[in-house]
Amino acid sequence: MIRMRTRLVVLQVIVLAVLAALGLRLWQVQVVRGQELVNRATETRTRSVIVPAVRGQILDASGRPLVRNQTSLVVSVDRAGLLRMPDQGLPVLRKLGEVLGEPVSSLQRRITPCGPGVGKPCWTGSPYQAIPVKQKADTREALQILERQEEFPGITAEVQSVRQHPGGRAGAQMLGYLQPVTEDELEKREGLKAAFSGVDLAGRDGLEYVYDEELRGKAGLRRVQVDRMGKAIGVEEQRAPISGDTLVTSIDARVQTIAEQALQHAMKNAPQADGAAAVVLDPSTGRVIALASQPGYDPAVWAGGISAQGYQRLLSNATGKPLVSRALNGMFAPGSTFKVSSVSSMLRAGYPINGTYNCPGAVNVGDRAFHNFRGIGLGSMNLHTALVKSCDTIFYKAAYEQWLKDGGLHPSPKKPAKEVFANTARKFGFGRPTGIDLPGESAGRIPDRTWKKDTWAQTSGTSCKRARTGYPEEKDRSRAEFLKRLANENCLEGFLLRAGDSANFSIGQGDVLVTPLQLARAYAAIVSDGKLRSPRIGWATVRPDGTPVSRIEVPVVGKLPLSKKERLYIKSALSQVPSDGTARGAFMGFPMKKMPIGGKTGTAEVWGKQDTSWFASFAPTYDPRFVVVVMVSQGGMGASTAAPAAREIYEGIFGFAAYKKKAALPGWRPVSKLPKFRADGTVAARVVTAAAGE
Amino acid sequence: MDRTLMAGRRSFARRAVGAESAVWRLDGVMLVAVAALCVIGTLLVWSSTRTWAPGSTGLVKKHMLNVGIGVLLCGAVAMIDHRAMRAYAPLVFVLSLVGLGLVITPLGATINGSHSWILLGGGFAVQPSEFAKLGLLLIIAMLLAQPAEGSDRPRGLDMVLALLAAALTMGLVMLQPDLGTALVLAVITAAGLVLGGVRKRWIFLLGLVAAAGVFCVFAFQMLEPYQVARFTAFLDPRVDPRGVGYNSTQSLIAIGSGQVFGKGLFGGGQTTGRFVPEQHTDFIFTVAGEEFGFLGSLTVVLLLGVVLVRGLKIARQCDDRFGTLVAGTIVCWLAFQTFVNVGMTIGIMPITGLPLPFVSYGGTATFANLISIGLLQAIRIREQSFN
Repeated sequence: MIRMRTRLVVLQVIVLAVLAALGLRLWQVQVVRGQELVNRATETRTRSVIVPAVRGQILDASGRPLVRNQTSLVVSVDRAGLLRMPDQGLPVLRKLGEVLGEPVSSLQRRITPCGPGVGKPCWTGSPYQAIPVKQKADTREALQILERQEEFPGITAEVQSVRQHPGGRAGAQMLGYLQPVTEDELEKREGLKAAFSGVDLAGRDGLEYVYDEELRGKAGLRRVQVDRMGKAIGVEEQRAPISGDTLVTSIDARVQTIAEQALQHAMKNAPQADGAAAVVLDPSTGRVIALASQPGYDPAVWAGGISAQGYQRLLSNATGKPLVSRALNGMFAPGSTFKVSSVSSMLRAGYPINGTYNCPGAVNVGDRAFHNFRGIGLGSMNLHTALVKSCDTIFYKAAYEQWLKDGGLHPSPKKPAKEVFANTARKFGFGRPTGIDLPGESAGRIPDRTWKKDTWAQTSGTSCKRARTGYPEEKDRSRAEFLKRLANENCLEGFLLRAGDSANFSIGQGDVLVTPLQLARAYAAIVSDGKLRSPRIGWATVRPDGTPVSRIEVPVVGKLPLSKKERLYIKSALSQVPSDGTARGAFMGFPMKKMPIGGKTGTAEVWGKQDTSWFASFAPTYDPRFVVVVMVSQGGMGASTAAPAAREIYEGIFGFAAYKKKAALPGWRPVSKLPKFRADGTVAARVVTAAAGE
Repeated sequence: MDRTLMAGRRSFARRAVGAESAVWRLDGVMLVAVAALCVIGTLLVWSSTRTWAPGSTGLVKKHMLNVGIGVLLCGAVAMIDHRAMRAYAPLVFVLSLVGLGLVITPLGATINGSHSWILLGGGFAVQPSEFAKLGLLLIIAMLLAQPAEGSDRPRGLDMVLALLAAALTMGLVMLQPDLGTALVLAVITAAGLVLGGVRKRWIFLLGLVAAAGVFCVFAFQMLEPYQVARFTAFLDPRVDPRGVGYNSTQSLIAIGSGQVFGKGLFGGGQTTGRFVPEQHTDFIFTVAGEEFGFLGSLTVVLLLGVVLVRGLKIARQCDDRFGTLVAGTIVCWLAFQTFVNVGMTIGIMPITGLPLPFVSYGGTATFANLISIGLLQAIRIREQSFN
């Protein structure tokens, strides 16, 4: 018995030790790590669901919707739920594909989260989010899913609001589009990593992108308590969403549509045209009235998640890359429209404004003869006529003289080149983005001496190699020979600004590139107050109930290098072009007496392609309220393609068209007052002049 | 009225509460601790089943019935002279073997993935392996309680018989298979041998054999894959947090989130959301941890400790070898089950399907546990009457 007793004592010690071990561990788990485990418990027990806010509308200057919300039936897939099902939910997807008329493989790709090796169309949102697979389901499809929920586990059909564009294709690039927000963006935005059941979108381009913060409002939050199976068993916290602000723009929906149509007609008339842009500005304010680009596309393709082919199509050459706005990103040599800058350069270089200049058929620039258009000499003239008749040789000669003055090929280090032509062009806003409230604008290019050096540093390798090897792949012998000579020239002295480069630059040819928007704002500055503005599309933001939030001002970013007298001189020359100058044909029959138009045609040669057709204009000449710039890539002569398109836009604005007598802008003025909102947020009827305009 | 009958009644009443009565020799402290555990267990079963049990209280009512039956069994066993029990030991053992045998016949049923039940009809079922613990415990105590002539060590033959009995029981349990119960049976056997005074070298040798056996089990992959997975998950729950590691991760989260004071009865979100599986049975301790906090869960451990320590006291104070052995073995059994069960919920033991004594839902286990308390009380009552 003694032995048993001893062993019992040992046993007691062991039991007490074990109990102590349990107690210590409990203390560690519950007291020391308690808070950490509370957090993990909250994580496992609750699901935070973002309730998307209703996105603000985008309105035109009169309060007409450019982008509005439309409720629609959205079919979504709960991917996490599907993956837990047998066969990863493939049978359910297959059935869904039958209902929606979409192959299973396509559905599968669209619900796979994007990642390394997973390209578009993939799912950019949170993997825990219900993924919308059809944004505009019809009632029949929705009912098929809702009524047989047991056959469609993890599939929901619910009413959601989607973006709708009443104008269809008009201004699609400018308005931009939405895509599902990524998890990172959402975390940054809401400060929480949340699984969310609704669809939350972020602006990815255009106004939707730039004004995303104002438009999107503040998402609400629902923290739902769930059980082990993810079934919601209660709401822990609820915060209602705050709707986004409405963005009022200075765009006029009617003018926008007219501009798009005018471009379409112009492209139809110039069969080789591959793109066109039109910009309508209010020169006195710098606000944008229309910003059109062709080819366009229907922004409805974004709703409901774009398909693989759909996205590729928007990027392909076959459709002419309709996502790219030619107005901001189309960079082309401006041709004669650029002469407003060159005349100013001459004035700044000291050429007298009242002087008489000879316009011969050709001038020698260095060792090469530079010809007028068709080599015709126009005799003596002043600068006014040089603009109206679009004489080239006067500008060639002046540019060449300035080039020589700057030291020619090799400026002396002691006396740095002044580069009057390039620097004046910069003051007109060329060579840098205008700063418009749209993303991804191009800067254009001013080919001065520095640019030449930089470009040569990047390209001399290729040029020098080509100078040695030639172009054996080129079938046309003479062309190959020309290219080889060019390569050799570029290799040896590509860093030098040659006399010919300067001459070409003075008439907007050669390496100079501008965007239609840059040209439009330069003309706006000339015909208004000489101030260079950063154009704005956004005009004001208002709460959904109409309370004003903020007015978007147009910043002045520069001043033209012209005195008022010089400016008016140029303006008066431009005023004569459509009536007496190069655009006379295009404006034949236009009621110039009622509404005198001023402007300048431009025809820029593009090596190996058709000419770029330009027309930069304003109306009325005595008090310009509109600046209209039209560019048609590969459109041919400015007078034959772009000018008629501009005329069509004017006819629409003023109601001169034979088939449409109603003016898009009654009163023939840009809308100058923000629309009035009723208490419920709807827009009050426009001022009565709308009806009484004509 | 018949006077003698009246007198008989009076005398029964007097006997029941009189100074000589066995009632006063009961271990009150242990009984209070056990009662407290049963009450806490009932609350925890209620909390963990109220969201899904039929009529919300369906399971807790059944649990209360089980506890009631268990208390009656406990009382009945406490009345029996434990030395008479020695005579019944072979019978109890054989009956438990028969029960285990029935489980592997078509009468057996599988509930919650373990094939260890016999359905009785009317929604009732018994788990013979719980009774097998008692049966083995009693037969081993009986065999080892009679020392060899002139020695206080058990006879070699008895030891071999005890090992055979253990092997037979464990073999039947492993056929189900139920690793947890088999481990409890091994502990009971080991406790019987050690406390029975078997020589250290024999114990050492048996230990070696057992170790070799465990090694073989692993080496020849005799375990079911899920058992290996549970063990791997115990070593590192992050291996597969959604799969086998899920239980241990979730139970740790539930217990830890109770912090010091707990979230209050019915206030545990993890419990309500049923994140911990088997929460009213094997993982009932997580409910205590979440809803009663550190203070509550420590109380549960301490109450179990009181039962164990009082049990050891009974074992020490008992004069006969059989009583001491039975009491000591019961304590080892309950201690092992407590440690493994609580330990697995707080991540210091691998996950094994063992209920927490007196607290977990489960009729047969409750009966067996309360019967063992009855045995301890019986031993205590009788030990002093011969002082």
